[in-house]
Amino acid sequence: MELNQLTAHELLEKLNHQETTPEAILDSLQARIRKVEPQVKAYVRGEQEAGNLTLNSFSLGPLKGLPVTIKDNICTEGLPTECCSKILRGFRPPYDATVISKLKKSGAAIFPLKANMDEFAFGSSCENSYFGPTHNPWSLDCVPGGSSGGSAAAVASDEAIWALGSDTGGSIRQPASFCGVVGLKPTYGRVSRFGLIAFASSLDQIGPITKDVQDAAILTGLICGYDPRDSTSVNQDVPDYTKSLSGDIRGLKIGIPKEYFVAGLDSEIKTIIQEAVNKLQNLGAVIHQVSLPHTEYAVPVYYIIATAEASSNLARFDGVQYGYRAQSDNLMQMYKLTRAQGFGQEAKRRIILGTFVLSHGYYDAYYLRALKVRTLIKQDFDQVFGDFDCIVAPTSPTSAFKIGEKALDPLKMYLSDIYTISVNLAGIPAISIPCGFTKKGLPVGLQIMAKPFNEEMLFRVAHTFEQNTDWHKIKPRL
Amino acid sequence: MKYQTVIGLEVHLQLNTKTKAFCGCSTDFGKAPNSNVCPVCLGFPGALPVYNHQALNSAIKLALAFGCQIQEHTKFDRKNYFYPDLPKNYQISQFDLPLSRNGYLDIYSQDKPKRIGITRVHLEEDAGKLIHETGVSLVDFNRTGIPLLEIVSEPDLFSPQEAFDYLTSLKSIIEYLDVSDCDMEKGSLRCDANISLRLEGAKELGVKTELKNMNSFKGVKDALTFEVERQTLLLEANQKLVQETRLWDVEKGVTVAMRTKEGAKDYRYFPDPDLTVFIIDASIISQIKAQLPELPPEKMRRFVKEYGLTEYDAKILVSSKNDAEFSESCIRDYPGKDKKELVNWLIGPLLSEANFRKIKLHELNLNKNELISLIGFVERQDISHLSAKSVLSQLLDTGKSARDLIEEGNLKQISNAEALLEVMETVIQENAKSVSDFKAGKTNALMYLVGQVMKKSSGKANPKVVGELIRRRLTDA
Repeated sequence: MELNQLTAHELLEKLNHQETTPEAILDSLQARIRKVEPQVKAYVRGEQEAGNLTLNSFSLGPLKGLPVTIKDNICTEGLPTECCSKILRGFRPPYDATVISKLKKSGAAIFPLKANMDEFAFGSSCENSYFGPTHNPWSLDCVPGGSSGGSAAAVASDEAIWALGSDTGGSIRQPASFCGVVGLKPTYGRVSRFGLIAFASSLDQIGPITKDVQDAAILTGLICGYDPRDSTSVNQDVPDYTKSLSGDIRGLKIGIPKEYFVAGLDSEIKTIIQEAVNKLQNLGAVIHQVSLPHTEYAVPVYYIIATAEASSNLARFDGVQYGYRAQSDNLMQMYKLTRAQGFGQEAKRRIILGTFVLSHGYYDAYYLRALKVRTLIKQDFDQVFGDFDCIVAPTSPTSAFKIGEKALDPLKMYLSDIYTISVNLAGIPAISIPCGFTKKGLPVGLQIMAKPFNEEMLFRVAHTFEQNTDWHKIKPRL
Repeated sequence: MKYQTVIGLEVHLQLNTKTKAFCGCSTDFGKAPNSNVCPVCLGFPGALPVYNHQALNSAIKLALAFGCQIQEHTKFDRKNYFYPDLPKNYQISQFDLPLSRNGYLDIYSQDKPKRIGITRVHLEEDAGKLIHETGVSLVDFNRTGIPLLEIVSEPDLFSPQEAFDYLTSLKSIIEYLDVSDCDMEKGSLRCDANISLRLEGAKELGVKTELKNMNSFKGVKDALTFEVERQTLLLEANQKLVQETRLWDVEKGVTVAMRTKEGAKDYRYFPDPDLTVFIIDASIISQIKAQLPELPPEKMRRFVKEYGLTEYDAKILVSSKNDAEFSESCIRDYPGKDKKELVNWLIGPLLSEANFRKIKLHELNLNKNELISLIGFVERQDISHLSAKSVLSQLLDTGKSARDLIEEGNLKQISNAEALLEVMETVIQENAKSVSDFKAGKTNALMYLVGQVMKKSSGKANPKVVGELIRRRLTDA
């Protein structure tokens, strides 16, 4: 096996025993990127830049210079951070996101290329990037999922050891599912959002995309914790997540939400998920059907709240201080041209939607009502977690779809996140792990959800499943 | 027909916290443009606000001084609009759950007390400053994010003078609490006014105008006075008023239309998801309450009761906290129960000296014992009031003692009749006209003659004694 094919914990083992160096790891990644990036396009300007990659200096720490790939919406000091949008063209933040400072302090090297994504994380396919789409390493004419499609594809194709993504409505879990890797959305408030370029502030969380559960547990432990610079981060101790990898789920009570197994769920996926549930049962878990009665409102509630927040969060991109500016001799025209030329189609759609639902006369009917239903959705989960340790469901109703297949039908695209959105609305943590393949050879993800701040439960169940299956070991042929 | 003027004021007050409302940047005034800035107040992507507890405490302090109810659960909202001085293109403000509501401010207008309702006090962040130069506009973000309190009054003010008096009282309370510089010229206090006219006795409010761009209390009064006249003329000519925003042009002394209600913006307020709802603990409120200083209205009442001052005098003494403290310490040390003479000195010569030197009363270089000693000389008629005023001036300039200055200046009054008689006779000889005027019943003539004696004695004659002597001399003759 080449170095770039190994997991982070395997490489750490080698680094600890002086069997390899960060430079050697970088070289193997570089070789891989040169080879497959023309097809996969997981990175922003990956093909152009692959020739001269250098690692920034890293501090002494347990990661010993192991590189981490970062999604393009997480601020990295001095490195381009453009949210894959023309409007942030050339933006190099003068500061690191809190997660980046934490990684650097742990001795990580920040990989110099940023991972591709849907513009401002608006999308489920990575097709909305200003830099063009990323391709699914398992089937190049398919999407990798989104919005963290670049991070997931890079990890799946061994162009990255591991990566950070962000998840507002499924943006880590759905691409992880489509690309056959592990992706975790932590509890809201568990990871600092400082330096994450906001899509929807009340839903966004940064999380890991990795080759296995152990790597996810390590990376989560490194990035989470209270941050005084983020008022929404929660001051709660960070456990050692690797201790949750016990391999034992005997007696755990697992709920299967009946609302997640209705029309719209691909029958092949349904079968694969059912087999995964059987596996969990065989491993000693107690399985029961549960109900999350407000599930059907999750998508509309999400597209009201998320777009409302986005419309305000994206107002700052106006050409005045940074990024792209259209030339004009008057202010109003400069604003209009900058935003008309700088934002892509989906960004404009969401800004207009969000502006509408906050407008005078519509606020109560849309935004305020959505907030109320959000509370009901959260209560659904509270109710179930009163009796159950975790909930298991599909991550996505389908496997990876074809590039272009849903690009012109936003509603169809929005439904791709139907199983992931509720988790963000409720603020709970959830993980997606590989649990099988379709007949066409596309990966399928199993989603596990737990109550707030119980990431340990996710790692425990996911790790146990992983140790008793081989799905995570299969790599795409590129 | 007679119209009643109805005014409500909206005051924006910069709090004097060390750091900005949602980041750690300094709030120092007068720094080089864009030097007090960071990714948070510049609204850079990914940067997040964290609220300043000190600003919140100052806000609670002021709200409590107005007797407001403090909202237990409060939150910040985003007010969305595009403007280059607003880097995020939204302002963090408070909308439906302001920090506090339903307070009041007691003012004195034309010597009558009046209670003005305060609708709400809420916390928000200031915007930057635009500098327009030929062909280019520049933005200075130093001011961006400085904590700002919005204090909205009820439409309880019925004249431009009342509005002026409200602002004066407001400023006095703010100064007592030491929460802001309160300097309109530096922009740390800004005031917009809503004004409408209605027929005397009518209940409904008339069509209102919002006035902006006044940069002094006098400017507010002048703009309102202009607006009363403008609206009266229009109403009397049976013309319709439109609801609009008008700008005060201080050079021309007129208000100019800026935008009408139709142009009003939809700010799309919604709760700021970056700042969680927070609960103001009752214990914090009672703690801040316990630390509130005695405020001007209470202090005034106490001065009246404790020291027998008139309301008028007390009101002048309490308008500034430090001056009130200085005055009170003088009053305490001043011998005797009747403090009138001392108070006359404080609000008379002393205040003029302070005004002349463009400083506050308490900033005068004056030992209160010297002031009391100086007044003692006057009371004992050792020196004239006139001399005493000049001694006071020298006291402040030199820091010498009153006694030394009186001796050096040889200012002791001559109250001894014999010593004065000779001078008096000379004056009577030299001013036959005044003498006959006095005899003819013109009492003013006596004052003139006394003045002449004072002059000849280089001000040392005791005018009371001289007056009595001349009167007796001329009446007897």
